[in-house]
Amino acid sequence: MADASERSAGPRYTLDRITAVPAVVGNADDFLVVAGLAGTAKDLGAMTKDGSNFYGLAGAMGAAVSMGLGLALAQPNKQVLVATGDGELLMNIGALATAAVLNPPNLRILCVDNGHYGETGYQKSHTCLGVDLEQMAVGAGIKSTCSIENEAGLAKGARMLREANGTCFVLLRVKPTDGPKFKRNLDPDAARVKFRLGTLGHV
Amino acid sequence: MAELKTEDAHAREISAGWQNDLYEALRRHGVTQFSYVPDAGHRICIDRSIADPDVHSIALTTEEEGVAIACGAHLGGAKSVLLMQSSGLGNCVNFMSMVQGARFPFLTILSMRGDFGEGNPWQMSMGQATRPILQTMGFIPLEVTKPEEIGPTVDAAANMVWKSGQAVAILLTQKLIGAKAF
Repeated sequence: MADASERSAGPRYTLDRITAVPAVVGNADDFLVVAGLAGTAKDLGAMTKDGSNFYGLAGAMGAAVSMGLGLALAQPNKQVLVATGDGELLMNIGALATAAVLNPPNLRILCVDNGHYGETGYQKSHTCLGVDLEQMAVGAGIKSTCSIENEAGLAKGARMLREANGTCFVLLRVKPTDGPKFKRNLDPDAARVKFRLGTLGHV
Repeated sequence: MAELKTEDAHAREISAGWQNDLYEALRRHGVTQFSYVPDAGHRICIDRSIADPDVHSIALTTEEEGVAIACGAHLGGAKSVLLMQSSGLGNCVNFMSMVQGARFPFLTILSMRGDFGEGNPWQMSMGQATRPILQTMGFIPLEVTKPEEIGPTVDAAANMVWKSGQAVAILLTQKLIGAKAF
């Protein structure tokens, strides 16, 4: 297997997620956050300091968008950010169709696409073999979408996550390297209780 | 033929009765998110959720989405229910691990296939696996065999789910809904 210095998802995958994800998201505490397992759970776990606005999966691969949809419908006055990876999203791509039909205006989907399954040893995913997840989001019917693959695009992605008029989908292409080193509490029940206390004021 | 039609009409009337009872009981307990994959056994419940301006009616592409939606709804303080055929349960198993591991309160209503009187061999295996899967994943099954049991069963399930934090599956058995003719 290629080591980190040789690994590549292609010429469009050059941004470093450690700086690019914070640049697009801004202050993560402006959102209720659901993150899919592996990379994005670490990205957003670090940014929220595993806070009470953060529910990060470490299993249930493919659940993030649907979970964010249920949360967005339940909390229409708060902005909900779903952070997912290319592998996580591919496992339940139909969730984009369901979200598009409901189109809650407070649902923001950020897909951090590194073209690889980082958690299991950086095997290639479909996206670095030609699958375009933004086009799949467009096909699902999401009206506001964009793809970001260089520094110049980061501001556009940030603006869409903040200002889109309806459910939006931002595809952020990054190189296949590790995100921030961050240890979060992996107890899913403790995370549930923490989130409910922080969001609702009760368990 | 005339007699048969009368029987059909009678069966439809009974079916409409308990399906309306089901919807009203779920609304009475504060359910505001109805997710589903289309199903004849849930037709009235689904149609009423579409017509009800006070709920979100969520058509799914696959049943597992509904499990995750219910978990997200709970994080946001809302009550969600997943309506599906028993065959859809097989699509949900990995997400059921999240319900169990994180102790998400969870309610699903299963319209049974592959059980009492089934005439489609494709339904049998999943139908017979439904109860063992529920048991394996720690979900509590509550069976309904008669129309008058619907309301009390939803009441019981609602307490178990939203007061005691359990995962409950109400099984609409083929004794209740009948087996489709093949």
